[in-house]
Amino acid sequence: MTDFVAITPELFLLTMACVVLIVDAFLPEAYRAVTYQLALMTLVITGGLTVALYPAEPQVVFHGAAVVDGMGSVLKAFIAGIAFFAFTYSKDYLRERNVFKGEYYVLGLFAVLGMMIMVSAHSLLTIYLGLELLSLCLYAMVAMHRDSADASEAAMKYFVLGALASGMLLYGISMIYGGTGTVDLGEIAAVVASGDIVDDTVLVFGLVFLVVGLAFKLGAVPFHMWLPDVYHGAPTAVTLFIGSAPKMAAFAMVMRVLVDGLEGLQADWQAMLVILSILSMAVGNVIAIAQTNLKRMFAYSTIAHVGFLILGVLSGTEAGYAASMFYAIVYAIMSLGGFGMIVLLSRGGFEADRLEDFKGLNERSPWFAFIMMVFLFSMAGVPPFVGFWAKWSVLREVVAADMVWLAVVAVVFSIIGAFYYLRVVKLMYFDKPEDASPITAGGDLQAAVSINGLAVLGLGLFPGALLTLCVAALAAS
Amino acid sequence: MLNWVLFLPLLGALGLTVVPAHRNDLTRGLTLAVMGVQFVLAAWLYGQFQAATGALQFETRIPWIPQWGVYYHVGLDGLNLLLVLLTAFLGPLVVAGAFSAITTGVRLFYAMVLVLQFAMVGTFLAQDLFLFYVFWEAMLIPMFLIIGIWGGERRLYATFKFVLYTAFGSILMLAAVIYIAYTVYTATGVPSFAIADLYRGGWSLEVQSLLLAAFALSFAVKVPMVPLHTWLPDAHVEAPTAGSVILAGVLLKMGTYGFLKLGLPMFPEAALLFRPVLMTLAVVSIIYGALLALVQEDIKKIVAYSSISHLGYVMLGLVSYDLMGIQGGIIQMVSHGLISGGLFLMVGMIYERCHSRDLAHYGGLARLLPGYAVFFMLLTLASVGLPSTSGFTGEFLALLGAFNAGWAELPHATWPLALAATAVLGVVLGALYMLRLAGRLLFGPARAPHLPLAGLSRREGAILTALVAAIFLIGLAPGPMLEKTEASALEIQSILNAARPAGGTP
Repeated sequence: MTDFVAITPELFLLTMACVVLIVDAFLPEAYRAVTYQLALMTLVITGGLTVALYPAEPQVVFHGAAVVDGMGSVLKAFIAGIAFFAFTYSKDYLRERNVFKGEYYVLGLFAVLGMMIMVSAHSLLTIYLGLELLSLCLYAMVAMHRDSADASEAAMKYFVLGALASGMLLYGISMIYGGTGTVDLGEIAAVVASGDIVDDTVLVFGLVFLVVGLAFKLGAVPFHMWLPDVYHGAPTAVTLFIGSAPKMAAFAMVMRVLVDGLEGLQADWQAMLVILSILSMAVGNVIAIAQTNLKRMFAYSTIAHVGFLILGVLSGTEAGYAASMFYAIVYAIMSLGGFGMIVLLSRGGFEADRLEDFKGLNERSPWFAFIMMVFLFSMAGVPPFVGFWAKWSVLREVVAADMVWLAVVAVVFSIIGAFYYLRVVKLMYFDKPEDASPITAGGDLQAAVSINGLAVLGLGLFPGALLTLCVAALAAS
Repeated sequence: MLNWVLFLPLLGALGLTVVPAHRNDLTRGLTLAVMGVQFVLAAWLYGQFQAATGALQFETRIPWIPQWGVYYHVGLDGLNLLLVLLTAFLGPLVVAGAFSAITTGVRLFYAMVLVLQFAMVGTFLAQDLFLFYVFWEAMLIPMFLIIGIWGGERRLYATFKFVLYTAFGSILMLAAVIYIAYTVYTATGVPSFAIADLYRGGWSLEVQSLLLAAFALSFAVKVPMVPLHTWLPDAHVEAPTAGSVILAGVLLKMGTYGFLKLGLPMFPEAALLFRPVLMTLAVVSIIYGALLALVQEDIKKIVAYSSISHLGYVMLGLVSYDLMGIQGGIIQMVSHGLISGGLFLMVGMIYERCHSRDLAHYGGLARLLPGYAVFFMLLTLASVGLPSTSGFTGEFLALLGAFNAGWAELPHATWPLALAATAVLGVVLGALYMLRLAGRLLFGPARAPHLPLAGLSRREGAILTALVAAIFLIGLAPGPMLEKTEASALEIQSILNAARPAGGTP
């Protein structure tokens, strides 16, 4: 029975997703907003339940299939919160494009469920289950705008490459199972630690496939090809959902597989992650400079941020994991805001995703130009915004792990990266607007973006609380 | 009270957000009031400051990010006292000076000036290396916007150059800060960024040299020292007057203050090793800056290059390791802030009237604008270093310090004395280029691109009067200021001298 209590948030979310699906089917078009409000309410309660059930110590449930621990609970609460904001941002956008249908919210809720399962997985199979639930929902969401050729192409690409990655992951899982005789992460860790395996070739082989699969899902170079196309092709309301919360889930997946399960092979995966990280920072930051579309630019910046995120994990210490977790949360908040801004500026079927659309934003709306500047400077890692603390915390752990050279490389690439963020600031403040019409977005959207921006600013001034939370969460897992 | 001085501009900037966008008069008034109150508070703190001790006064220390040992730690000592006062003094003048020049985006402009003021005062007051770094970087954003939005024709080029140079320096400093954090943590087990603790870092000479190189590059860009100075003429020329005044008046001092507060005392052994290089670069900056100023035709560029020269004296004074030199360096920082701030304001005033900065277009302003000419001549003389002005006090003390150091080291080394002697040439060159500027601008046949010229307004007169009064106050009675800086300067000097090998100079 206690097993069921521990996963109340997931159960509640599953029930409500089904309820929303059924209710939506019987709603007349005029009452579509009820679906939206139900979905928001579901997320709030799910988040609340997660917080209320914060475990004092890790609790493995359902015979090793899932675990409820500090890291999982914190990430799940943030996933619910970020999805809440993503839904809020998307309402007007979907309505203006005539795709304000229940599907978006139902699929979104199931995606959140998938993420929560990934986050609290304690077995390779559970991870796979959660991952597939998430991915299938995302494929469908990308394709939701049926009439758009870009969206269909993006969905196809995403589906094919995603399936390939899942295949890799499964292949790796099967090898690990072959080598250790179990899919339970705790038992895998015990087997690896026991030293009973004399020849660990098959484990390392499996590890390579696992890392490839994880890198696909994270979008780390050289497995990043799908990311710019999907970000660009998907409706912005979907992009902002894909670009934010799933990154936290992907981080959790990396932690579960590599740290909870295969920490004994740290020497092997550390080297792989170093390469992935450097390549991601280099390719992401350099190619982002050449982009003229803001969604593509953010896509490449995501790749670069993933490189940074990996830095903390590869340092191989608990403090490093906490730093990465901090980075993942902070990145989700910033990226949500960046895409939210694009949604805010687009109206009446017109997409504001070209760099030119941000020209002279300061003259159209000083407040949102300021908010956007906060997001951009934060992503660039300029103090005192929170992005700086995120970068600082991972770099600190990299130096502590005696890899000063890697920290220097990271710093150099982040300076290169600062350039393209700065260019957008330049467009917003120094250039004349091409179209001087005022911003017409709804009040709830404006309020949500403002709160998001102030959160980035506030967390930047007082990063201590969130940091403490991350450290405490990892200590309890 | 010190916290009020620091946070008042930030509160002001927040206050501006609720002022309606079209109420420019209200925006200006509020900004001026905030700056005025800040100056009054800073002046009061100056009055209360105890000269007898080198310890921090009006200190506040509260945990900010406890797990990294980062504290919000601010305080006044003899090193930053005068600079904070200077910043607070220039604040209202900059704001008042921009009343007629800035007519678009007024609210954003003053908000940026206020945020910049906050970051600058914060940088001076910070007693925690991390806090220092955060404030240091925070200065970049408002300055980027001030030059980029309200600047001249080539403002984009100038602002990007400024940001890239500064960011390049900062990133090196960040790398050094990370390394320092790491070593302090491994050595003591307690993370700490308190600057006072870092004076006893105990790094080996090699590590110190690398760290100092990282810090020094960052500071040298800001000062700027030749050969890292090329951003300065562009930034100064393209910036709006208010931007130039802040840049010359306060921002450049960040670099020299950084050397004094962090670079030299944190890594004393390496500093000793680098001292010949720094001293040589200081003298090169004095001479080279002056020579460049001598051949410019753009009035603003002349003043900009003169800054390089004058900041050279500051560096010379600081690396002399002589008490008088260090104090002279501090006074020279303040003095240069007042003088070049004043000169930039005056260039801005004539530019507003005629829209030209080309020296060839002007002549005989003494007849056209007698009031203007009087103030310009006074500032020129102060810049040249006429006794009884602050320019004399600063440069004389800095040079005296350099000579003292040179004499003292004479048996071992002759280069300090030779460098000090060369630096004196800069005074002559300074007189040459300033008198050339004043001569062509004020005397000769009367002409200007735009006639007739409106006389100085009451607002402009008041700004200039305040500046000139401050310049003469420091020139005639530098005693109290020297007294208040002495204890802290002595402490820094003893840290620096402790690194010298035994049997060296006293």
